[in-house]
Amino acid sequence: MNRLEKIESEQESETAPAPVIDSLAPIRDMVSACIQCGTCTGSCPNAFAMDLTPRQLWYNVIRGEKETIFHSKTFSLCSVCYYCTLRCPRGLPLTDAMSALKQIAAKENLAPYKKSVRFYKSFMESVRRHGRVREMEFMTLYFMVMKNPLLPFRFAPLGMKLMSKGKVSVELPSKGSGTLEAIFRKVEELENS
Amino acid sequence: MGELGAELVEIEDWTCCGASAAEATSYLLSLSLPACILAKAEKMDDTSQILVPCSACYLNLKKVEEISRNNIELLNKINTVLQEENLHLQGKMKVRHLLDILARDIGPAKIFANLKSPLTGLNIAPYYGCQCLRPYSVFDDPEEPRSMEPVIEAVGAKIHPWDMGGRCCGASHMTTKPDVALELVAAILKAAKGADAIVTVCPMCQMNLEAYQKKISGMSGEDLSMTILYLPQFLGLALGLSEQDLRMDLNLSITKAFRDKLNRTQISADIHR
Repeated sequence: MNRLEKIESEQESETAPAPVIDSLAPIRDMVSACIQCGTCTGSCPNAFAMDLTPRQLWYNVIRGEKETIFHSKTFSLCSVCYYCTLRCPRGLPLTDAMSALKQIAAKENLAPYKKSVRFYKSFMESVRRHGRVREMEFMTLYFMVMKNPLLPFRFAPLGMKLMSKGKVSVELPSKGSGTLEAIFRKVEELENS
Repeated sequence: MGELGAELVEIEDWTCCGASAAEATSYLLSLSLPACILAKAEKMDDTSQILVPCSACYLNLKKVEEISRNNIELLNKINTVLQEENLHLQGKMKVRHLLDILARDIGPAKIFANLKSPLTGLNIAPYYGCQCLRPYSVFDDPEEPRSMEPVIEAVGAKIHPWDMGGRCCGASHMTTKPDVALELVAAILKAAKGADAIVTVCPMCQMNLEAYQKKISGMSGEDLSMTILYLPQFLGLALGLSEQDLRMDLNLSITKAFRDKLNRTQISADIHR
């Protein structure tokens, strides 16, 4: 089974699995000094679209409420702007904590984050194969794993525009030279050991 | 950069920094990919600094620079990964953002000295985005950035007063959560009304601001089309480079109103020469 099929077929988990309890510990350490002041929420450009505000998310992280955390959209809506990190009066690495939650969602392949996780994994697959991202390949991989026949149409107008300007080259997915294969493999080995 | 007397050397066999995708999947991978690039750059002769023309790439590389100076344990782990490619990171490269170099190393005086056609009368909204400002405030105020202003004023243009310069464009949300990202960009475009163009210092912000204007105008019920230029393109216009040299044909949003005003500015500059 190639890696793309793997992205597709990995068992999606509706509930946060047991190992998450342990992987939450380092994130709890990051935010344990939170005083619940809400500066992060007030600073977040995406808070309007979140179900839990960032402040509420940290509360749940501290309490280890993994079911609540991993059913909430909040951390996947972080666009990594670093306003909360900049303004946190306790100097907590809040953006890094958001990313750490995304990493758990990707690793555990949690169903509620399928769209973002598959998008990021498709991007990384193209980089793994060629060393640099090939936009056309990356989006083709993404459409393939999303299996939504209507999805490509949403991107068609922009795609055509970019192609007509020669800003993306028309290349179908290929194996590539595996430029970064060794690096990716070593990272996986170290992370799973 | 050539017009301003700076010479750039491309890093051989450079690879992707991981963008925002690596960090969303694996922490170690998000450090190892930029580390590969820095290690390759370290091998080059007579090079101690790396200019990064994208804010997301800049932050990824900058993070690894900081780790290589302050966290030996993590640096060793990264080097274990790099060994697979026979690379080794020492941590001697200085990571610099394009805007930092334009604003502080080259500076407005040198830009003014090379001015060929002043852009007098143009009203420019400087857009910085997030990751060249935060979390590392190296060359500007992360809350109220101003570093682009002297550079823009050096070519005769005026600054559009706004407080959206450091706001988020939504980054990759534009693909996976378009409803959210379109809101963010709509707010930026609305605040830019009255300016002749927004000038950016990151290709990702550039794309988000320019590619969805029709959709956002429809959503907002008002015309929000706005010229979006990458800072080096904008400066190039004043330094006498042609639109062809600046590859303005590749921009997705240059309005007719902007072109007309630019032509008038350039004609009046020719008359006064």
